[in-house]
Amino acid sequence: MCKVTIDGMAVEVPEGSTILDAAKLAGVDIPTLCYMAKINEIGSCRACVVEVEGQDGLAAACNTPVFDGMSVRTATPRAISARRQNVKTILAGHRSECTTCKRSGTCALQNLANSLGVADLERDPVFAFEAWDGEFPLQRDATKCIRCMRCVAECAKVQHCSVWEMSGPASYRGVRVADGAHIADAGCALCGQCITHCPTGALTARDDTGNVLAALADPQTITVVQVAPAIRSAWGEGVGLAREQATQGRMVAALRALGFDYVFDTDFGADLTIMEEANEFIEWVKGGKPRPMFTSCCPGWVRFAKLHYPQFAAQLSSSKSPHQMLGATAKALLFEQAAEQGKRIFVVSVMPCVAKKYEAGVPQLSSEAGQDVDAVLTTREFDRMLRMFNVDCAALPEQKFDDPLGTSTGAGTIFGRTGGVMEAALRSAAFFLTGENPDFSTCDTTAATPDKPWVDKTLEIAGMQLRIAIASGLENTSALLDALESGEASYDFVEIMACPGGCVGGGGQPIAFNQELARERAAVLNSLDGADVLRYSHENPDIAALYERLYEHPLSEKAEKLLHTDQLTWDI
Amino acid sequence: MARLSVAPRAKDDAKFATFLDEYERRVEATPPGMCAVAMQLDLLRAGGCQTCGKCVPCREGIAHIETLLEEVLAFDVEPDVLDEIRAQATVVRDTADCAIGWHAAEVLLAGLNTFKEEFESHVKQGKCREGVAQTVPCETLCPAHVNVPAYIALAGSGDYAGAIGMIRKDNPFPTACAFVCEHPCENRCRRTLIDAPINIRGIKKFAVDQLAADKVPTPAPAAPTGKKIAIVGGGPSGLTCAYFCALMGHEVHVLEMRKQLGGMMRYGIPAYRFPRERLDEDIRAIVSAGNVTVHTECRIDAEGMRRLSEEYDAVYVAIGAQGGKTLKLDGADAEGVMSAVDLLTKIGDDEYPDFTGKNVVVVGGGNVAMDCARTSVRAGAASVTVAYRRRLEDMTALRAEIDSAMQEGVEMMTLQAPDHIEVENGQAVALYTQPQFIGPVKRGRPAPQKADKPLVRVPADVVLIAVGQDIESAPFEEAGMQADRTYFEADDGLKSVGSLDNVFVGGDCQVGSKTVIIAIGAGKVAARNIDDYLGFNHELDCDVEVPPAAANWRQPCGRVNIVERPARERKGDFDAVEVQMSAEEAFQEARRCLRCDHFGCGVLDEGRVQYV
Repeated sequence: MCKVTIDGMAVEVPEGSTILDAAKLAGVDIPTLCYMAKINEIGSCRACVVEVEGQDGLAAACNTPVFDGMSVRTATPRAISARRQNVKTILAGHRSECTTCKRSGTCALQNLANSLGVADLERDPVFAFEAWDGEFPLQRDATKCIRCMRCVAECAKVQHCSVWEMSGPASYRGVRVADGAHIADAGCALCGQCITHCPTGALTARDDTGNVLAALADPQTITVVQVAPAIRSAWGEGVGLAREQATQGRMVAALRALGFDYVFDTDFGADLTIMEEANEFIEWVKGGKPRPMFTSCCPGWVRFAKLHYPQFAAQLSSSKSPHQMLGATAKALLFEQAAEQGKRIFVVSVMPCVAKKYEAGVPQLSSEAGQDVDAVLTTREFDRMLRMFNVDCAALPEQKFDDPLGTSTGAGTIFGRTGGVMEAALRSAAFFLTGENPDFSTCDTTAATPDKPWVDKTLEIAGMQLRIAIASGLENTSALLDALESGEASYDFVEIMACPGGCVGGGGQPIAFNQELARERAAVLNSLDGADVLRYSHENPDIAALYERLYEHPLSEKAEKLLHTDQLTWDI
Repeated sequence: MARLSVAPRAKDDAKFATFLDEYERRVEATPPGMCAVAMQLDLLRAGGCQTCGKCVPCREGIAHIETLLEEVLAFDVEPDVLDEIRAQATVVRDTADCAIGWHAAEVLLAGLNTFKEEFESHVKQGKCREGVAQTVPCETLCPAHVNVPAYIALAGSGDYAGAIGMIRKDNPFPTACAFVCEHPCENRCRRTLIDAPINIRGIKKFAVDQLAADKVPTPAPAAPTGKKIAIVGGGPSGLTCAYFCALMGHEVHVLEMRKQLGGMMRYGIPAYRFPRERLDEDIRAIVSAGNVTVHTECRIDAEGMRRLSEEYDAVYVAIGAQGGKTLKLDGADAEGVMSAVDLLTKIGDDEYPDFTGKNVVVVGGGNVAMDCARTSVRAGAASVTVAYRRRLEDMTALRAEIDSAMQEGVEMMTLQAPDHIEVENGQAVALYTQPQFIGPVKRGRPAPQKADKPLVRVPADVVLIAVGQDIESAPFEEAGMQADRTYFEADDGLKSVGSLDNVFVGGDCQVGSKTVIIAIGAGKVAARNIDDYLGFNHELDCDVEVPPAAANWRQPCGRVNIVERPARERKGDFDAVEVQMSAEEAFQEARRCLRCDHFGCGVLDEGRVQYV
């Protein structure tokens, strides 16, 4: 242990701790910008500099190890002045157009510059635009990049894709797509974690609010919106609501306030997915297909598998993801009505996700009624629209989703967190195999966490030993896939979510600088599940009604046509 | 205005000296991994700032090229810009009035050729070539990529076992390198910016002097793999490969043609530079690191090599360069004429010559020549002379070796090319040399040319020819390994080119007679790639934590150099010549380290060169 004094306060920290660690313990706040704990401790931005007694230079608090007897002063005029000057230097190469920037309000640079009182720049900033494919779901604006390397580290170390690299000579060294590739060819899973970890507006998701506004404004369009499980755990963050205020009922009312004709619930789609996927899994096991079967609800994972581990692509479930199922179903149900009125149907999905923007555009995910889903908005875009429409969210009443695609079960709700798809599938698979509902504890997956490469469990159902595993985060996923490949691990059913913690930690969720909120948001979904009267997908009465009306039974010919897909045919 | 002053007209000129020193430091500490275009622009700007402003090409031409190069650097250019740069530079070179402009352009033109790929990558691909990124200087320039900052910090905190363990992560010869490494790690040490490079070898020597390497246990080997590896040659390269292969769990057989292991460390380097008992400390640790069997006095012929390739899963050929080169001189077959290799080989097995009362002449200017000269002094020679056809500063021997030899009484006869040997009754009595004078640079070095002077007679009872070593490649070539003029050919991963699929080759026999650390680096690369070739990917852990970095100590401070025992004392025995560094010296030296593994690019993954 080292005895360290921070601004006169004595603390004791383990050897190898940094000044920042010690300051945290002392309750002293030191601003940081490039620093991400354990991921990017590189001391690049020099915004966290402090004075260490007996040393000439200023030390970066984020990665300077403490020593016994160290005395640190964090807020001396010299340190503050250096921080201000370094932030000014960053601003000298940053296109500060805060008025129109999507990250205004959540920008760490804006926040830091404001709090340091960086008021006047002596010169106009100098920056260079770089070409980017405006259609790609992930957008990059080089003029706002401050070269902090957070995206490089996040993508390489947490998400295993190494899409970004730091390259170029001397002062031209900057973040670029690795090997100078086009972003579409760079192996990007579209998880969006680089966006949520970007301190500025350099990395964003493609803005699709324009298409949605046009559809809402068009009287000849029937607008359908559906909302993913994870949205109800986070949507309030971007409109200033506390978690207990940001209820599911208010979220429904908020969507209605935007003017959508139908407000459906992707949780219903999740229940439908379970009906198909659980039965698919039973057939898979009985048919002796190669194990494991992988869930395919997460398009980030699906892209990752196809781009980085194509040997596993044939083992992805053929069941479409919940919002695609719901989109296809909504269009099938509304098709005649729309045709009679001479209108078109426009399905919007509000998703915590960037990869869903890609998935919705996959040509193979469509029917005679067109694309299953016409536009995908991230949680951030949803919140932006609420602000745009000046919706007073706190004053909204509690409302219900529209029938017939609005009633869901707790099993559908937990799809939004790591382990949730598996848990929901197990609840129903066990029922399909034994005719009895299993205990919730038997199927429980709340131990799933991105802090471990994966968690696993063996269940005995109807005399069968089922070995299941759950991973979230693509570095974790890669470890699991490598273990499967080498034979070190072997499972029957595996759930993967690309984002650490699952959709609650999705790349389309509201951004809170240096806060990983997946766990907190997952708790919202778990409590909704716990409080739900319906907690098994197969007990959803509207699911039964839908099969009666449209699909007959799971894996029927009609279901195969609208609710399943041949993963191997997708355009990447 | 006919007044004259001692001070130059430009008042600040007299104050330049210090800053020119700083300039020199900056150049010497050029970080490895930087972009060649940036380096060229830097050089050109130096020329541009030095122009006097009189002539058009230098005053305006260089500035124009600077602008274009800046655009190339920024990847912001038209494809034909390199032609424009070349054309402009050619005119500057051809029309500059004085050498300031001429040199700036000449160097740029040379760089356009030397760094063609980097320039084209900037222009055509809009990026630097693969691998352009700054890395930790010492670690990068060490051929074995030893984690230098870590072991300096460990040694500096008194953790000698930790330091030895950390060195061994990449190099199983901490003691050998403590004594005889040419320390390329020090070449571009960032500390040079402040005062002088860290004495890295000195700190390493301090560590192994405090705690013998064989007292520090090697890591436990991995589980046996069932794979058998033969290593031909028990020198630094072969034994390094043996060590890492053994730790990876492979069964290793080392086949050595001489009586003892060590190769040129025993049979080339004299004991006064590297005492045998210290070499044995490294070797004992290596052969006990895992399943290693040593077969000495085991010479491999063509048939034997073919059999090794068939019977073993992989073979590493590291036979070194064991043949002494000879000179075609009249009288070279006389009694008393021998190659440096013959002399040093015998000493390796403790057969010391007796040169009492004899006049010895050594032909050559490399480290081996110095080894022969200093050995002859210790063998009682009446006089020892080194005859070399170039100048003292052209000798390839380390300056310190030359100085030590001179201190011990060795006479350096430079600009003397051997002509013939005078023989009486079959015995050499003198070497005749043809005086030379130094001339124009050829292939990067000033070449000697015949002087208009008569031959010089140097009395010589013993003539030692130290003009290089040959690779005895013939049997291996016959077995199917490809070689180019006796240098074995191999791919980047040291896989031998030729008909034997499972053979790797490296060290002196692949690159020519070089240094111990280059041979060690090759052995490590071979071990890693053999492991991969056999279908494994063993990761070896040295079980030593890297100590946290202390803040830089930037007070300029002299470098502690290692000194030798007084010449009049040391020249009478074969004991180690170097005096050990004291603890206070070593700790101060370690404190000078700037910990480039933590500060600067070393904190980035891409800033490190590490594996095994």
